[in-house]
Amino acid sequence: MEKQSSKQMLNDILKRHYEDAQKAKAEGRPVVWSTSIAPQELLEAMDLTVVYPENHAAAIGARKDAPRFIENAESEGYSADICSYARVNMGYANIKHSDAADIPMPDLLFCCSNICYTAIKWYENLSKQLNVPLIMIDCPYNYSYSVTPAAVAYIKAQLLDAIGKLEEFTGRKMDWDRLREVMRISNETAMWWKKATDLAMAKPAPVSGFDLFNYMATIVCVRGKQEGTELFKRWYEELEERKAKGLGPWDNAEEKYRILWDGIACWPYLATTYKILKKNGINMVTSTYPESWTLLYELSDLAGMAKAYGSIYASLSMEYANDRIVTRARNFQIDGALFHSNRSCKGMDFKQYEFQRQLESELGIPSTIFDGDQTDPSVFSEAQYETRVQALVEMMEERKQREAMK
Amino acid sequence: MKAAELIQALSDAGRTPKQTILRSIQESGKRPVGCFPIYLPEEIIYAAGLLPVGLWGGKTSMTEVDRYIQGFCCSIMRADMELALRGAYNFLEAIVIPTYCDSMKSLLANWGIAVKTPKTLAYIIPQNRYSSGSLDFILYQNEALRTSLSEITGRPITEADLEDAFQLYEQYRAAMRRFVAMVNDYPVSLNPVNRHLVMKAAWFMDKKVYTEKLNTLMDALLKEPKETETGPRVIPTGLMVEPVKLLEAFRENHFVFVEDDLAQESRQFRTPSRTTGTVMEKLAYRLMDLRGDTFFYEENKSRGSRLIEAVKQHKADGVVVCMYKFCDPEEFDYPIYKKELEEAHVPILYLEIDPQMDSVEQLRTRIQSFAEMLNK
Repeated sequence: MEKQSSKQMLNDILKRHYEDAQKAKAEGRPVVWSTSIAPQELLEAMDLTVVYPENHAAAIGARKDAPRFIENAESEGYSADICSYARVNMGYANIKHSDAADIPMPDLLFCCSNICYTAIKWYENLSKQLNVPLIMIDCPYNYSYSVTPAAVAYIKAQLLDAIGKLEEFTGRKMDWDRLREVMRISNETAMWWKKATDLAMAKPAPVSGFDLFNYMATIVCVRGKQEGTELFKRWYEELEERKAKGLGPWDNAEEKYRILWDGIACWPYLATTYKILKKNGINMVTSTYPESWTLLYELSDLAGMAKAYGSIYASLSMEYANDRIVTRARNFQIDGALFHSNRSCKGMDFKQYEFQRQLESELGIPSTIFDGDQTDPSVFSEAQYETRVQALVEMMEERKQREAMK
Repeated sequence: MKAAELIQALSDAGRTPKQTILRSIQESGKRPVGCFPIYLPEEIIYAAGLLPVGLWGGKTSMTEVDRYIQGFCCSIMRADMELALRGAYNFLEAIVIPTYCDSMKSLLANWGIAVKTPKTLAYIIPQNRYSSGSLDFILYQNEALRTSLSEITGRPITEADLEDAFQLYEQYRAAMRRFVAMVNDYPVSLNPVNRHLVMKAAWFMDKKVYTEKLNTLMDALLKEPKETETGPRVIPTGLMVEPVKLLEAFRENHFVFVEDDLAQESRQFRTPSRTTGTVMEKLAYRLMDLRGDTFFYEENKSRGSRLIEAVKQHKADGVVVCMYKFCDPEEFDYPIYKKELEEAHVPILYLEIDPQMDSVEQLRTRIQSFAEMLNK
């Protein structure tokens, strides 16, 4: 039997992910809503059904179905200036249906603040509005290059609290052997995710970077499952094969420029943003965002896990964030960078100007920034995007010529 | 001195932050340390023999900060960074920056790169105050601050220093609570403008000097006959109420701020300290015990029910929402407490405020209409 392609696996997994959640709800089993980079190991080990509102909001955004949810949330008083994932999800909690996908209402909320503090307010509101318990795991900011021992101890204490709360919620004891197994699987999935995405270091890259955005939905929802490991292993094998053959990202076009994309995708205009890049021979080979799921840690104890979850770049100093982007730029041999000034994500946005300076001063890499939003379609302008991309092409071309003269 | 003169003196001090700080430095002989919003354990700074002063932004042109942070960021953060980049804070010995929201975390990240003087001290807050690890985390931050400040002054901060500072701040907080309550008996003398400026002065003065002045003011006021005011009795909620022009619009329409739920005012001092434990523990528990506040995660958030309770207690006519543009935490709270207030039939005046705005005319009209709607 021919092996299933990773794309097929991806589609099957996502379909099953949403179906299983509906089934759980119908059978009276609890459903958990969780933030995207939360310690899902605890939920998986407790055999709980989990869905991810950020994933769901992105799917709604990509389907261009976000405006009616956003309007609903804004009619309740939500400001147009707050995260549109939150606005879409708050609207969904009222409307409860989208053609993009449906998720059952939660019986438990699980929030980890390592992605942002906005998530705390969002989940706090869900908990209040839906009268559903919330387990909150806070990962504090570190004004340092790495996470502090005090922060590790604080996060670890919360992981233990969370286990206690989950035991209370389910009426079952944590199976620590099962937890260790899920931790092992989660690390393995994360490792294959890293290995696959790192293959784009090859020139030409055997993958079109926008695939990262598609595969991201699954690294969010099946990181702790065996099928997740298999999916990313399969994807890795496919890309390795393409790389061995010297194949680039596309069959019908050449990779002329390699760029880094900073920020979440502009989901309502995924095709538009992609096509304009491709038209110019630009392949997005890497991004600052998907690496956040490369959560690797020692399996021996919860402190390692606490440290991994607390070490997302949003929680570390600018020196760390700068080094990280410069290293990434170097490893992936990028020619330029494109920054999505995403009105929904202040935490990422407010580092972009400094990132631009770092890339320029450390590596002479040009970059440009465009306005958009992860789901709200009213912010993005195709004309602005195209103009900025063209300007980037000119800068990258000039740089290439300068380099060639050396 | 008469109460009116004492009110005038402290209002003037609140109106002119820089001059007040410079005078406080001169009078106290202490070196100033800038304190970012929102809550910081000022007692530790005071115990170090330093002068904690508040940095709450202000109206300024923005040029330098645009190299670091986009325009859709909290104006207080942007103004503070702009001023720092222009060297306006160079006279400070250090600046302490906490991490209450995503904008503050990003600001702190940039600050470390962009602002070389004065020395920056981060104060990392835990958002989860219910964990077995929360207290230890705050104690760690408090001790780290203590160490950093000792390095600046060259002398250790003793337990006795901390105890003295804590006792002084207890007196200060008691005086502030008494002042807030006195507005109900003296709503003309303590109209929204005076009330705000007198309290704001505390951010720029030595707390010992300020507390004495405030107590003298209140004692003098108590000797005068009680006053009545004709306008709406309201409770402002939000980050703060500024600029002064906006407060003038409330005064012109005879509003009375019977209590407040503002981060810059009552949320600073309304939570009583615990009576047992070390000073550092008491400081930590004051953060952990604060309820109904936007800037900390709160299980089953109680802001709405607290506002409703306060409205009942003071027989208030409504709640004034002071929404600072781009303040994510406040923007998230609003839909929840709005619904609760509506269900309790509490009238709401919603004002979106940009501290950089040139004119408050639109807001003035809305304030006037709100008063008319309430038949006041």
